[in-house]
Amino acid sequence: MATWAMAVWPSWPAIEAMNTHAELPAKPVPDVTPESAPYWEGLRQHKLLLQACAGCGQIRHYPRAVCATCYSIAVTWIEANGAGTIQSWTVAHHPFHPGFKIEVPYALLLVDLAEGVRVNAPLRGDPAGLQLGRAVRLIFENGGQGFVLPAFEYSAE
Amino acid sequence: MLHRQSVISGVGETAYSKHSGNSVLALHLECALTAIRDAGLDPKDIDGIIPYIGTGVVAEDFVTNFGIPDLRFSATTPLGGASPVAALQCAAAALATGICRHVLIPIARNGASGGRIASRMREAPQFRTVAEFELPVGAFAPAQLYAPMARRHMELYGTTSLQFAEIAVNTRRHAILNGNAMMTKPLTVEEHQASRMIADPLRLFDCSLESDGGAAVVVSRADCARDLRQPPIAILAVAEGHPDSPSAISQRADLTRLGIAKAAPRAFAMAGISHADIDVAEIYDCFTYIVLCQLEDLGFCAKGEGGPFIASGATRLEGKLPINTHGGLLSQAHMVGMNHIVELVKQLRGTAGRAQVKDARVGLVTGYGDMGDGSLAILARD
Ligand SMILES: [Zn+2]
Repeated sequence: MATWAMAVWPSWPAIEAMNTHAELPAKPVPDVTPESAPYWEGLRQHKLLLQACAGCGQIRHYPRAVCATCYSIAVTWIEANGAGTIQSWTVAHHPFHPGFKIEVPYALLLVDLAEGVRVNAPLRGDPAGLQLGRAVRLIFENGGQGFVLPAFEYSAE
Repeated sequence: MLHRQSVISGVGETAYSKHSGNSVLALHLECALTAIRDAGLDPKDIDGIIPYIGTGVVAEDFVTNFGIPDLRFSATTPLGGASPVAALQCAAAALATGICRHVLIPIARNGASGGRIASRMREAPQFRTVAEFELPVGAFAPAQLYAPMARRHMELYGTTSLQFAEIAVNTRRHAILNGNAMMTKPLTVEEHQASRMIADPLRLFDCSLESDGGAAVVVSRADCARDLRQPPIAILAVAEGHPDSPSAISQRADLTRLGIAKAAPRAFAMAGISHADIDVAEIYDCFTYIVLCQLEDLGFCAKGEGGPFIASGATRLEGKLPINTHGGLLSQAHMVGMNHIVELVKQLRGTAGRAQVKDARVGLVTGYGDMGDGSLAILARD
């Protein structure tokens, strides 16, 4: 299980001391479980897949084994249409992981998807435009080591 | 019903610092001995122990080091920073049912010299739900996970960073009065506003300290504490509460509602008192915003009114609800809130020194941890 999580991370002074791109450790990659494997495979195909309970239809996220409404373990996967609105955000200024040192400051959004669940993902756009309820659109990015990650940009309209 | 079944009979703390020079186990034993002696007990009288999960120290370490002959009860309460107050509930339940007579609740850590708390936290099972999905996109530390809760509150209710500053400045004022606080210089609103941004809207001085040290309390069955050394501080009520979507803040329907919102009505009903009866409160303060949000969820003001409530000066030493009279996690030390329980007991005994709230008889202490778990206890001196 959690290989990256069990690793000893560099100390804060060590992070502060890292100045060149070459020295930066890789960003963490997901520890995929049997429940989440279709989600990550979907991202590779530039689809954000959500679990829909095969028993009652309830859509849930993050991927997990049981429906909290009807307790069914049977699941189907639906593709999110990519439209969402901003529930909240932060702009990270301090890199708590050395892999993000050259990315700060970066905006992380909590986005309410049209399907009724939330996604936590970075904004690719000007943080000055952030406001509650603003419409955003899902995009896909290379996450390294064969993973694709979700991100958002402001909707065009 | 745990009302008045047990009392806090002893409290103890080590010195708080950035570098203790002691092992975590030695710090545990030191604060535990101080608390046990404060109660007027012998270490061999302890027959229940609730250690803090994650320090590596277990109940049997105390059996070994204190020669405890018959430990009858041990448990852990894995609620992060809500653990110590939740442990009061666990202890009160064990005591009320007659399992044991004197429960030790210790915590100690080399939180400053022993490695980054922010990174260690992510190794905990409580974070497993989000770790797979949120670490890869850059959401790691508590500051980054809690910041969107604060931002939502600001956007909905007009809460401001200046109101956060009032919390930090007020808490620092109290730390300076304490005598065992890591931060001893005054903090100004301007310094707060000029401190570097960690995770917007949380600045450096919105964040708590990382500390070495230990703190412990002894909880005794009420009928076993009548002849002890200190005036017993009764547990009028104690409760824990878990927020909706307890393992993923990102998926929580209402980002501004913490677990303590569920626990508070239970505790006030059990205590049989109203908010106006609370003379002093020690509110878990890992971040300034978390204080503000808890005050609302506890019912001291309505949702959205925490900012004006704080700005009014109500939580200052001379205000109607003095809070964090020891300097809290923001300015005394980060002892996961055990120091909040210790301080409340001192306040109710009337031994809180220069930060003593006059005639404090009933007080409240909270815990907050992980993704929004909450706990609170209402204590009183009779
Ligand atoms: Zn279902």
